[in-house]
This record gives sequence, structure tokens and C-alpha cells, in this order.
Amino acid sequence: MLILECPYCGVTGEETEFHGGGEAHLTRHGPGSSDDDFENYLFLRENPRGVHFERWRHVNGCGKWFHAARDTATLEVFGTYSAQTTEPPQDIKDAITAKRPGWSWREFK
Amino acid sequence: MYQNHDETIPRESEPMRRFSAFAIAREAARHHSGWERHWRSPTPKKHYDAIIIGAGGHGLATAYHLGKDHGITNVAVLEKGWLGGGNTGRNTTIIRSNYLQDPSAAIYEKARSLYETLSQDLNYNVMYSPRGVIMLAQTEHEVRGYLRTAHANALQGVQTEFISPQRVKELVPIINLEGPRYPVLGGLWQARAGTARHDAVAWGYARACSDMGMDIIQKCEVTGIKRDGDKVTGVETTLGDICCNKLGIVVAGHSGVMAEKAGFRLPIESVALQALVSEPIKPCMDVVVMANTVHGYMSQSDKGEMVIGGGADGYNNYTQRGSFHHIEETVRALVETFPMISRLKMLRQWGGIVDMTGDRSPIISKTPVEGVFVNCGWGTGGFKAIPGSGYAMAELMAKGGSPLADEFSMWRFREGKFIDESVAAGVAH
Repeated sequence: MLILECPYCGVTGEETEFHGGGEAHLTRHGPGSSDDDFENYLFLRENPRGVHFERWRHVNGCGKWFHAARDTATLEVFGTYSAQTTEPPQDIKDAITAKRPGWSWREFK
Repeated sequence: MYQNHDETIPRESEPMRRFSAFAIAREAARHHSGWERHWRSPTPKKHYDAIIIGAGGHGLATAYHLGKDHGITNVAVLEKGWLGGGNTGRNTTIIRSNYLQDPSAAIYEKARSLYETLSQDLNYNVMYSPRGVIMLAQTEHEVRGYLRTAHANALQGVQTEFISPQRVKELVPIINLEGPRYPVLGGLWQARAGTARHDAVAWGYARACSDMGMDIIQKCEVTGIKRDGDKVTGVETTLGDICCNKLGIVVAGHSGVMAEKAGFRLPIESVALQALVSEPIKPCMDVVVMANTVHGYMSQSDKGEMVIGGGADGYNNYTQRGSFHHIEETVRALVETFPMISRLKMLRQWGGIVDMTGDRSPIISKTPVEGVFVNCGWGTGGFKAIPGSGYAMAELMAKGGSPLADEFSMWRFREGKFIDESVAAGVAH
């Protein structure tokens, strides 16, 4: 069972306390954007086998949205961090690099 | 266990001996010494007209129809694990075609109708059992939804009917109509739906493909896809490079991984979906029952095990096991619906990686890379579609288009042309 720590209230809980919200760090493209941008934003996903960044919500807790860095093949959680950011913070990237040298995800590595 | 690269069977071997009542009698008389290996395990050639990645049901059915319908037999099917060891061997074997949207009904009904004669066509007993499938309506919303589906099916030529709770009870005596949360208000009944032996479907296709001279190569992982500009030229594998003119990617949960190697992205997310079986008991239920509101479905295998479909994980993963709490939710729902199973022991639980699209419909499509085709996105319900999927994918690869596949293009999302089955069957199916 997946165990996550909410970066807001500090509670560590099993996955039943949280709700997955899909891929993180999507750039929203709305009216006026190109078809490619809109398709990318709305439908296309990284879906990697390995390092992944995603959104979670602490539904049965403080209710806040946050981000998690996780390995989709092993379910190892590298860390959770604030949702108020457009890219993973350096300490999360370092934590991933320590365990998965050479990782990359979209433009991050 | 299979052996890889068995050279004891020459490439130009005798045609496979056919299975028949006479063959059984013959083998009974000589201590079963004459049964043959069902397919060859050759070393890969340098070049094939077409390569299919993925020796599951859909990949093998694609290869089979390439040969049978289009005369393309210089084909290799590459499999990183063992044949039929992915979702083909992990599903709950349900076959039905009572979908809402016309393109879905067309391809699923094509598949169901091909299943009817598949054992004869392949000369391999796939144990197709048209025992009937009931989808329970347990809310007013679901009643209206299934009435709509029944009307749509009538127009599509798919035989289904909406039945009363009393008829449900006649068909399924072990059901509890007055459940504690959701009483049974009726059901969508498809009498010619049912089950088949999932492994036999893969094995039967593999045997037929091998018999046509195709190479099925197991334990051969594709590590890269080679391109010349925008055109595919071959694949890099753990057994060396292999060239091809056309490439079919039929790898279900790993479609996103393979698409990345080819240089494009897919509107697909992969999650683990679970199933479990009970200890075998005497026959107690001779139809398939799906209870979508409470999230559970069940049928009884010929061995007597109750085969139970569970829930999908709520986050991307590739673990082939799934989360514990889904088992509890599924079992709780089924004990409500079938109180007699509360004392049953569960024997096995497993997971498969399903490839989910946004509209819960598959993708059978050309791709941005010339010569590369994808067949994926079957999500939680691919087994039922195997023969139709292979039929359409082969036509697409051979001719560049297929009436059954055209609506399932990977570009339908950007064009807003969804085939939205998520309303009709949003849960496991």
C-alpha cells in the first residue's frame, strides 16, 4: 500500500486517506492556444514506467492539494512537496537523483 | 515452460497436425506420445514484412488476420515475457458487446461473433461459452442508462434486452435482490455474451500463426524503434536488430513506454487492475453478473472457482499487483449481492496493467511515424475484443484503413470526436 506524507499538515497516511489527481506540472492552455498545445494539455500524458510527478489531494485530512514524486514501477515515493510551484524543488530532484541517477521527466532531470 | 530458440523443429516444418476426436483416440492408443509442440520458437530473421510487438491476444490476433485475410505471412510477433502472460492471462474472460456508441458496438459485436466460431476457425478449443451476461441496474440512473443502451443495441443489431428483477432472480438464484445499499431494479441481459478460456485464445492464435510460417519470438524485448526520418525501418531488441516495413505496437499497459521509443505520445495512462478467484465450489451460477454501481462482477469458471473482477488503482503504476483496499471494496460489494459467497476462501489475487484512454475507448490507429501502427487503450475490457481488434488492426496495417478502426484514431481527442463509453461503462468491464 502506498504511503504518502502531506507536506501541508505533516500527516503520514495510507493511500486511502488521499486521492490521486493525475500528472503534475501541466501548463494550462485555454482559448486562443494552438491545437497542439491544447491537445498536449488536455489529453497527452507522460505515463512513464519509472520516475513520475503527480498531484494528490489529502481528501480525508486537511483537504489540500500537493505534489508527489514517485516511481510508478516500484511505488517508491521520493518525496512530497507544495502544489504552489511549477516545477519540482531542488531537494526533491536531488532525492530522486540519489536513487535513480540519470532520470528525466519532461524537461526536468 | 517453453524453450527459446528451439532449432529441432525446422523452419519449413510439416503443417501442424489437426486436433480432432480421431486424434484423441489415436493418442489414447499410444500413451499420448504424438502430441506436438503448438508453435515453433525460431531465432529471428533479419527482416520481416511486418513485426508485431506483443504476443498477447490482440497482437497474435493481428498477426493471424494479417496472414489469413491479407496473405501477409512474413511476420514476427515479439514478446518480452512469455506468450499470453500479460493482460491476456490476467483478465476475467468476459465477452460481451452491449456497448452504447455505434463504433464500439460494431467492433465488439464483430469480436463476439468471431468468438462464436473461433474454436472451429483455429482448430483449437477456446471454450467459448455463450452463457449470458447480466449487468445489474441498481439505481434509477442506471435503469435509464441501460434502457438507453438496450434501445441503442436494438438499432445496432446487437441482441440485448432490459429484464425485470424477477427475471434476474430466475437467471441467478443466488442473488440477493434486496441488498442493504442498492436493490436490484433490473438488468441489461445479453444472452449470447459469455466467457472463453483466455489462455487458449492466445495459444490457439499462436498455433495458427506459427502454422502459417510466422515467427513467434518470446523473451525478446524491444529496446528501441529505428527510424529513417519519419519512417520506421526496424526495431532494436535484446536479440539484436530486426528490420521491418510495418510495425504494430500492441502492448497494452506499456503502450506509452513503446510510443516514447518511437517518438510520439499517446493519450493513455496505465494503472493496475485486479482480479481474484475463490476456491472451487459446485456449480451455483451459470451466467456472468456485473454490478457496476457497487463495483464488482463475478462468474463461475468450469473448474468451479468464482472469478471476481476488482477495482483499478487511482494512480499511474506498472506493478501488476494493485492496492489491498480495492479487494476489500470488491468483496464487500459481492457479499452484499451474493450472500452465500461470504464463507468462500479466496485462492489467488493478481493485477494487470491496463491502458486507459480519456473516453474509455481503444485506439487502433496510424501514428505520426510512417509504418508504425498502434492498437491499445483497451483499458479494463480488452479480452472480449480480441478477434475483432485483430481483424481491424490487420486490415488497417495491410490496407491503410479499416471501417471498424477508422473511428478509433489516436487523433480523435484533438478533433473532439470521442467515442465516449465512460458514461455507459465507467467502471471495470
